Amino acid sequence: MSRTSRRTFLVSGARTAGLLALGASACDSNRPHAGFLGAMERFNEGFQRALFDPNRLAPELSAQEETPLADFPQYKIGDDFPLQPAGWVLSVGGLVERPLQLTIDDLRRFPSTRVRVRHHCVEGWSAVASWDGVRVSEIARAAGIDRRARYVEFRSFEQGYYSSWDLESALHRQTVLAYAMDGQPLATEYGAPLRLYSAVKLGYKMVKYLAELKFLPVRTGGYWEDQGYEWFAGV
Amino acid sequence: MRMARQKQPFLIRGTHWANLFLLAIMAGSGLQILVAYPFLGPSGAPYAWYPFQGTNPPRALAIGHWLAGARHWHFAFAWLLVANGLLYLVYLFASGEWRRRLFFPRRDARNALETVLHDVRLRRKSPESVGLYNGMQRLLYTATLVAGLLLVLSGLAIYKPVQLPHLTALLGGYDAARAIHLMLLAALALFTLVHVVQVLLHPRSLVDMTSGGAVGPENPP
Repeated sequence: MSRTSRRTFLVSGARTAGLLALGASACDSNRPHAGFLGAMERFNEGFQRALFDPNRLAPELSAQEETPLADFPQYKIGDDFPLQPAGWVLSVGGLVERPLQLTIDDLRRFPSTRVRVRHHCVEGWSAVASWDGVRVSEIARAAGIDRRARYVEFRSFEQGYYSSWDLESALHRQTVLAYAMDGQPLATEYGAPLRLYSAVKLGYKMVKYLAELKFLPVRTGGYWEDQGYEWFAGV
Repeated sequence: MRMARQKQPFLIRGTHWANLFLLAIMAGSGLQILVAYPFLGPSGAPYAWYPFQGTNPPRALAIGHWLAGARHWHFAFAWLLVANGLLYLVYLFASGEWRRRLFFPRRDARNALETVLHDVRLRRKSPESVGLYNGMQRLLYTATLVAGLLLVLSGLAIYKPVQLPHLTALLGGYDAARAIHLMLLAALALFTLVHVVQVLLHPRSLVDMTSGGAVGPENPP
């Protein structure tokens, strides 16, 4: 091997190694919000926002299409399902004219909406249940949200669980604070006494065991989102 | 008509190898996503026809480590795959390359059949040469284009089943689209296997796909 060709070989080898290192740091599976993967997540958020139509409704399904309750998966992040604390109320705050403290009876006095749509889990399974509750848009109207509010943060009394949403998805007509599932009061396994349910987001965005709802000018993260899961997560 | 051109023009070669790289990433990250729920069919009602319910795909093939990582890989590189596919299609039609590459039943069906019969030793006479590719190659390569298009469409349907309701309904709903997406991957993997075997039997084609091959007439005289 001549000196020039050896040098060419070494230079091209070093260049390849450099490119691979650059590629690896741009696509780090353990830090998906960073680098090229993160840039593409932001690009995909733009795509999803452009695709999102606030007036488009997910098809409402019939009672026959409901998944048997035993086949509707249950999730928790701790060892046990969290129990409703005594004196539970939902706090509504942030950029609102009238901060609210709502009991379940207060929530039941709002106009009730039933949503029976396909549920899409990030894992890939789908299932169907009917959910009765109050539209988030009704709560927003009652509290009087400020125009500066662009995001909504939903906090759980399940230790550390929360998620934040774009305002448009939160105010969608099929986004509800649900207190009943398949016609029965919400069971502990599915988020009692109140959970978020929506046709337009993946399951992990639908916070269970709701404690607090805050309208915000900037986005925050979420329990899964902070670990690397996609923030927008529309369907 | 005779046309002086390379067997594999630059853009065909470029998009071909980019496609290999991108499809490998899409397949690997897709399989890692499948690990999170290695079933087909809605929760509680898995499809009876699918033989691998509950079976994880081989770990060695997976890209992205975990569900969140793999989803980011998948949805990032999907756009590059689409861009590469569009570039290929625009070139295919603008350059006129489609004439010697796509499958047209009236022109190619007979040759495709004769090629297969010859290959399995049921026909002694080798089929007449019909240009760059024989009928069977045209059939298979055209089928991969259709499969690629359907892979993208079924992928979009399971990515945005609510925002793309017509597409999702056309494919039979979310769970059907997800099954179609995986079956198309299996079909493409099978094609790739056959393709690699064929290339090993005809190594010259690998050289052509890398360096372009000789400039020559469309059909040998």
